[in-house]
Amino acid sequence: MYGFEAMTFNIHGGYLEAIVRGHRSGLLTTADYNNLCQCETLDDIKMHLSATEYGPYLQNEPSPLHTTTIVEKCTLKLVDDYKHMLCQATEPLSTFLEYITYGHMIDNVVLIVTGTLHERDVQELLEKCHPLGMFDSIATLAVAQNMRELYRLVLVDTPLAPYFPECITSEDLDDMSIEIMRNTLYKAYLEDFYRFCQKLGGATAEIMSDLLAFEADRRAVNITINSIGTELTRDDRRKLYSNFGLFYPYGHEELAVCEDIDQVRAVMEKYPPYQSIFAKLSYGESQMLDKAFYEEEVKRHCLAFEQQFHYAVFFAYMRLREQEIRNLMWISECVAQNQKSRVHDSVVFIF
Amino acid sequence: MDLLRSEPMQLVQLIIPIESAQRSISYLGDLGLFQFKDLNEDKSPFQQTYASQVKRCGEMSRKLRLFKEQMKKANISPSTWSTRDGSIDLEKLEVKLAELEAELIEINSNNEKLQHTYNELIEYKLVLEKVGEFFSSAQISAATRQRELEVQQPSVEGSIDCPLLMEQETTAYPVKQIKLGFITGLVTREKSIPFERILFRATRGNVFLKQAVVEHHVLDPLSGEKVHKNVFIIFYSGERVKSKINKICDAFGANRYPFSDDLSKQFEMMTEVSERVVELKTTIDVGLLHRSNLLQTIGYKFEQWNLLLQKEKSIYHILNMLNINVTKKCLLAEGWCPVFATSQIQKTLMRATMDCNSQVEAIVQVLQTNELPPTYFCTNIFTSSFQEIIDAYGIAKYQEANPGVYTIITFPFLFAVMFGDWGHGICLLLATLYFIINEKKFYCQKLGDILEMVFGGRYIIMMMALFSIYTGLIYNEFFSIPFELFGQSAYGCRDPTCRDATTIGLVKVRDTYPFGVDPKWHGTRSELPFLNSLKMKMSILLGVSQMNLGIILSYYNAKYFENNINIWHQFVPQIIFLNSLFGYLSLLIIVKWCTGSQADLYHVMIYMFLSPTDDLGENQLFVGQKLLQVILLLLALVSVPWMLLPKPFLLKKQHQERHKSQSYSLIYNVDDPLESKSHGIHKNHQEFDFSEVFVHQLIHTIEFVLGAVSNTASYLRLWALSLAHSELSSVFYDKVLLLTWGYNNIIVLIVGIIVFICATVGVLLVMESLSAFLHALRLHWVEFQNKFYEGDGYKFNPFSFTSLNDEDGL
Repeated sequence: MYGFEAMTFNIHGGYLEAIVRGHRSGLLTTADYNNLCQCETLDDIKMHLSATEYGPYLQNEPSPLHTTTIVEKCTLKLVDDYKHMLCQATEPLSTFLEYITYGHMIDNVVLIVTGTLHERDVQELLEKCHPLGMFDSIATLAVAQNMRELYRLVLVDTPLAPYFPECITSEDLDDMSIEIMRNTLYKAYLEDFYRFCQKLGGATAEIMSDLLAFEADRRAVNITINSIGTELTRDDRRKLYSNFGLFYPYGHEELAVCEDIDQVRAVMEKYPPYQSIFAKLSYGESQMLDKAFYEEEVKRHCLAFEQQFHYAVFFAYMRLREQEIRNLMWISECVAQNQKSRVHDSVVFIF
Repeated sequence: MDLLRSEPMQLVQLIIPIESAQRSISYLGDLGLFQFKDLNEDKSPFQQTYASQVKRCGEMSRKLRLFKEQMKKANISPSTWSTRDGSIDLEKLEVKLAELEAELIEINSNNEKLQHTYNELIEYKLVLEKVGEFFSSAQISAATRQRELEVQQPSVEGSIDCPLLMEQETTAYPVKQIKLGFITGLVTREKSIPFERILFRATRGNVFLKQAVVEHHVLDPLSGEKVHKNVFIIFYSGERVKSKINKICDAFGANRYPFSDDLSKQFEMMTEVSERVVELKTTIDVGLLHRSNLLQTIGYKFEQWNLLLQKEKSIYHILNMLNINVTKKCLLAEGWCPVFATSQIQKTLMRATMDCNSQVEAIVQVLQTNELPPTYFCTNIFTSSFQEIIDAYGIAKYQEANPGVYTIITFPFLFAVMFGDWGHGICLLLATLYFIINEKKFYCQKLGDILEMVFGGRYIIMMMALFSIYTGLIYNEFFSIPFELFGQSAYGCRDPTCRDATTIGLVKVRDTYPFGVDPKWHGTRSELPFLNSLKMKMSILLGVSQMNLGIILSYYNAKYFENNINIWHQFVPQIIFLNSLFGYLSLLIIVKWCTGSQADLYHVMIYMFLSPTDDLGENQLFVGQKLLQVILLLLALVSVPWMLLPKPFLLKKQHQERHKSQSYSLIYNVDDPLESKSHGIHKNHQEFDFSEVFVHQLIHTIEFVLGAVSNTASYLRLWALSLAHSELSSVFYDKVLLLTWGYNNIIVLIVGIIVFICATVGVLLVMESLSAFLHALRLHWVEFQNKFYEGDGYKFNPFSFTSLNDEDGL
């Protein structure tokens, strides 16, 4: 029953909520970012990060640093946090935490499959995979030739299996079909996650449905923008949208027929929460849309911490940390390539 | 060196020429009497002047960490006796560390390569063994079947169809056999099941897989970790399947090894592999020896380097706190130091300048400031633990009266009042003497949490033990047994038979027992009422005197800070209020003790409030008591509004006057630094909120008035705990030791003694002393210190190398 979580939540979830809130206070602040943006070399960045929670992970790295090392170590910290929480979690929180990683799993599957399609080395591809989305037989993905094999060989053992039936075709894999597969999987995943959160009920359902709806809407917009000018039919496009979110169902009809970015914009501006996103953008600008979405997402995730006794904080924390790592990657790349003027282009301040 | 007031401090500005800066800071760190202020708080770490040096130190400590890790892996501990030649400096160290690291990494990578091939060979050998076994067993079984077939053949030869089929088979068989290839290798055991599953799925069951368990651990060539592995052999047909299987093997990290089904070749391979294994083994051993030699040499110097590096690092951190002058010729440092250390600091800086052959001397300049200086007490080994008790409550305000001085005596004494037993006291004393005598040894050791705490408080415990021996003698308790130490008891039986000793009682036959409680009281029916009355009254006397001490200290504070309002409108009414009620009670107790009167003190105290004009009757203790009571009551009544009202109004007036004078004359006369200080503090609150001040004073007054009653009652815990202690110890003595003694059985007696010792040590010595400690702590923190102690200062935290050694920097 909604409103009564406070009585029993702390029995199982109290410790982990405390942990995750502690982790959240370790996120870099605007002041940190300002300092990081002034760094001259990657060593400066390391030095600055040594005072943060990333310190222990970076301190044993020998001096000529690379961006990838920084990102790798920072991701390692996130993975360690996650594993620690997962170990401590009881049902249904542990399932909830596992759900968070499925998105990465989908990305990893797509990465490996596309990689093998372009005849990359499997080992090299594995290194690029997000460690949160790893599963045992992931490397075997390279063996598969078509969707059916992919499913039958590998994915049937993974948690992604239930999402798959919709996209089994025996045709050979190509870029287009992989992309469609990714979006179909993602759609099924989001819907499943959404249902799961609704089943949990209470504040978790309320906040998570908001966060997931935003995610679904963002994907819908991205699919629309990316599919403009491709051979994807309107009906197929329509099929890739998740069946919830603010756009569902009327917005989807309109998005499905969009032919250019301004039409998308017109659709979105009908929905008050998304009006603010476009307020800063001029017409015809799609590059900055990503950043605007990220900023909105970060804002929503930060707000999730304002309420207590629900699981959305875990989801929000993981997403915020990922955003932070993206920021760090961008900053380090800019520093490494001497493009410091562009540092602010894609950094999303979290606090 | 006065413990009552903290050391006078001053804010000092040092101007250090840049060439001698490092050495000056290093010498100051050795001296350990200067607290640097961070003048670069707004700068981020990499913008600071010495950021690159800090980075270098970080890099070097990373190398040291690497060495430490490697040494740990190789089971070499860094030697504690480090040769301190001191000749090595940072630059040399950096070069040396880099060399050593490069060497170590090279050795390691070589070793790793060798180890890799070695592990591969071992695995290969395993494959050869296992698969060889498999093949030979398969051959044997095939041969037997062949024989069976041969045996069967003649019988079936007679039929018409069979030979045809057989012929077909024999013609088809060789063709298939050529296509049938096999792959051998090793896979980790956890992955073997999914491996098999995936193989089955990928080839639709068209492979034959056989696995054999390798019993002991195998070092994985890639990761170098010990894992359990299975040897497998896969038979397949077709090139596509082969490539698939190869891919799957890669995906599962299964190492494949070539194998030949020819027996002679197998044997050849086997011998070759074994030879190479032996060769490699010796090479690896030599490499390992070389490595451990290298690590050993590092281990000799490790501690020294580590210390040096930590020193350097802290020096650069301090240098980063300094302000680099515009001319970049000198550094500007600001910080606190005790006044007595000024000349020492000057000398130290001079020495640094001389040692650096610098042209310019460092300049020491005392600054005037309104800031509150840090609190610094020069404590020694004995007083420091007592001071820590006070600091745990709150660091004294700068130059405020320090309760630590009195705590040295009052704390152990109040503890002992609750823990009065000279037997237990001696036990405690012996335990703490052990720590004190072996002090030097314990200093070097790393102790556990609890032991560390006991060791840190060894002098407190010693004082507590001494005092509990003293109070134990007064209570006449030795594990609850009374002793006639100071002469004979004053009481005796009425007649020689002593029949009615327990019914009617004893009579006094001699002079009063000279010291403490008469031993004859023990075990009598009136023992408890007698001791209770004694201890209760004693607790009140102790409490009232300690609270008075606290109030008197507030007077000294007010006088020291020249705060007349606090003297006249806080100290005076407070002391009148407390003494007119509870001081009077104490007086009555003493008078009653001296005169032996039968007066009921409860009655006196209660009716002093309820009907002060009534006649006291038989409860009168001395002449004029009624008049005295009325006067005292009036004084108490007057002192309450006295405490409450004048102070806020006077403060308001003072503020207004100051404001007025400020508007007329801006020039301040600053001849007395302390006065200017107190003004300075007030100046910060430009806004004077009367209601806030008044409410504060109201709360303070209510707290004091109620506190006077409740705090006095709180001191009764002295009686309660002392009662509990003596009763517990007598229970253990009577019900365990004496009971078992009565059985006249040696085994029961031994058991009884063991139980008695355990109970005495566990309950009485450990738990009871802890609880008495906590209650004594509370009496000091709450009842005593709330009378005068502000405790809102901050501690003097000088830059010193001695504190570096304690913490593990790595």
